[in-house]
Amino acid sequence: MNVAVAKTNNVQALGDIFAVARDQLPGKGAVADARQKAFETFQRIGLPHRRLEDWKYTDLRASMRDIAPLSAAPDQAALTCAGDALESHAVEGARQLVLVDGVFAPQLSNVAKLEKGLTIRALRDVLESGDKAALANVMTTSADPMAALNTAMMTGGVVIELADGIELAQPLHIVHVASAKGTASFTRSVLKLGNKASATLIERFVAAEGVDEYQVHNATVFMVGDHARLDHVRLMDDERDAFNISTAFVTVGSHSHFNTFNMTTGGAVSRYQGFIACAGEHSHIATNGVNLLNGTQHADTTLFLDHAVPNCTSNEVFRAVLDDRGHSVFQGRIIVQPDAQKTAAKMMTRALLLSDEAEADNKPELEIFADDVTCGHGATTGALDESLLFYLRARGLSEKEAQALLIAAFVGEAIESIVSDDLREAAMATAERWLAARG
Amino acid sequence: MTALLQVKGLKVQVEDNEILHGLDLTVNAGEVHAIMGPNGSGKSTLSHVIAGKPGYEVTAGEILFRGEDLMDMAPDVRAAKGVFLAFQYPVEIPGVTTMNFLRTALNAQRKARGEAELLVPDFLKKVREVTAALNIPMDMMKRGVNVGFSGGEKKRNEVLQMALFQPSLCILDEMDSGLDIDALRVAADGVNALRSNERAMVVITHYQRLLNYIVPDFVHVMSKGRVVKSGGKELALELEKSGYAQFEDRAA
Repeated sequence: MNVAVAKTNNVQALGDIFAVARDQLPGKGAVADARQKAFETFQRIGLPHRRLEDWKYTDLRASMRDIAPLSAAPDQAALTCAGDALESHAVEGARQLVLVDGVFAPQLSNVAKLEKGLTIRALRDVLESGDKAALANVMTTSADPMAALNTAMMTGGVVIELADGIELAQPLHIVHVASAKGTASFTRSVLKLGNKASATLIERFVAAEGVDEYQVHNATVFMVGDHARLDHVRLMDDERDAFNISTAFVTVGSHSHFNTFNMTTGGAVSRYQGFIACAGEHSHIATNGVNLLNGTQHADTTLFLDHAVPNCTSNEVFRAVLDDRGHSVFQGRIIVQPDAQKTAAKMMTRALLLSDEAEADNKPELEIFADDVTCGHGATTGALDESLLFYLRARGLSEKEAQALLIAAFVGEAIESIVSDDLREAAMATAERWLAARG
Repeated sequence: MTALLQVKGLKVQVEDNEILHGLDLTVNAGEVHAIMGPNGSGKSTLSHVIAGKPGYEVTAGEILFRGEDLMDMAPDVRAAKGVFLAFQYPVEIPGVTTMNFLRTALNAQRKARGEAELLVPDFLKKVREVTAALNIPMDMMKRGVNVGFSGGEKKRNEVLQMALFQPSLCILDEMDSGLDIDALRVAADGVNALRSNERAMVVITHYQRLLNYIVPDFVHVMSKGRVVKSGGKELALELEKSGYAQFEDRAA
């Protein structure tokens, strides 16, 4: 196949979509200019392919053959379908914010009685407001082609700000529901925490009943102030034929704590990439993740962690469980800048292969430019331990039960990082559903 | 009366090596049998084959449990029917708490037998009873299975499972290995408390010492994949004096 032709076709298709949509996309003036620039960034590279080092294992040029048209704003029927889908994904006690086909749906969301210091606005409103301070948080510049494409095309999302000193007891729950087959949505949300503020955010990706092929392009911007704490749980449970390309932009101030957990169980092809920067000293970043894949699912988690300042610690724990021809990718790059002395960064990735045809690619990259640091990484890949399986079976567990118990324990090590009991149980329940579905 | 366990003419090989060359053993309910023998005589192989460990090929003979052929049953089916192997080296399972493991195993066995699952309060009550009897702190139940347990704790955990699952055939594979005398006594007391007319035990050991604590009704000497001599408990003392060499000659 001629790669140059494929590139031209895909970029051309997206270019046509962008040309038509450009005038309807929310935001004029500076926003429109930024969209144009971002689209040009995307155009220069096109859909990422295996010869781009950062996208080596996830070749969108090969897998994303069809460029889906943009989703239309959901009608009443779509909202009803989405509403039904939400019921099984509610998190008790959380403030639910729902995006249907990429558009914020206030009818399905809970924006009443906001706590003092908490503001929630639809992305569209912010883009159209001309509010420069808010826009500065929304408009990221990134050289990554898919992040740039998101900037060019973003239509919906929520922009959340939490004022200094506010400790939000109620978790925020952003649910993305796909209700339109064969379309693409481009979403962006922002969560900004002031100094001494704390919050918990859950992001979840699901589809309405019977909806399969669709594309999700999401970006979430996290800005954590000083002496602040953000707990983040992301559960990607899209349908088996869906694409999900998501980016997290994270900036953490000083003396703060950012604890994030991602679990991917859904999607045909997905990529979750995080650009995380320590901007203030004495902060701790914990990034944990689990991929549970089977069939021909492909899921890529790629994290860029920039220790730009001294005295920060980070810990990455990643687990993959792969059945059938599942393919999991974990790339973890840690950069310790010349001034970032006393950095302590750890990364541990482990993959469990349940089938001979499954594939796990682990690529840890440590780029250390400071000399007084403690950094380490480790990676293992293997099958379930036969001696453990026999022990459990000799105690009465069937083969599937024994496997399920060992797999749950394996991913449990990463799930344990979730602080909230309710959220940990929600993540464990998702993992157990996956295990039960193995039959 | 049907014997609880009947091993007839059992030949077993691993890869192309024959390890058991036609072994016979009959164990009735209520009896405690000791199987002794030097390293490499096939004692552990016998215990593994009865429990259904993969990797062994049975080329001849049969293993009957209450008259039923065990051979085609999965290890978990055997467990549910009442076969219990206390491992020589119990494995560590990080991430699975002992409590969760015990409950999952007990309920799996009950389900296989068509019994209702045990409710949590009933289960906890049972666990408290057996841990108290074995002097096991409840704290251990919250830790990963055998993770960070001492040799003695691991063996006590095996006895705890025996007490909880109430199997009818207990095979103890080298229970004394790695235990000091105090730990051995505690584990043996636990085993003795489980002796009953409905239950049989097969105690596999290298040394006579264990049999001072768990006194057998019968002693069998294994050498080179066969039972070469059977007798009463006095046979163990005789062995202690004269060693295994005499039997090795006889088997050859």
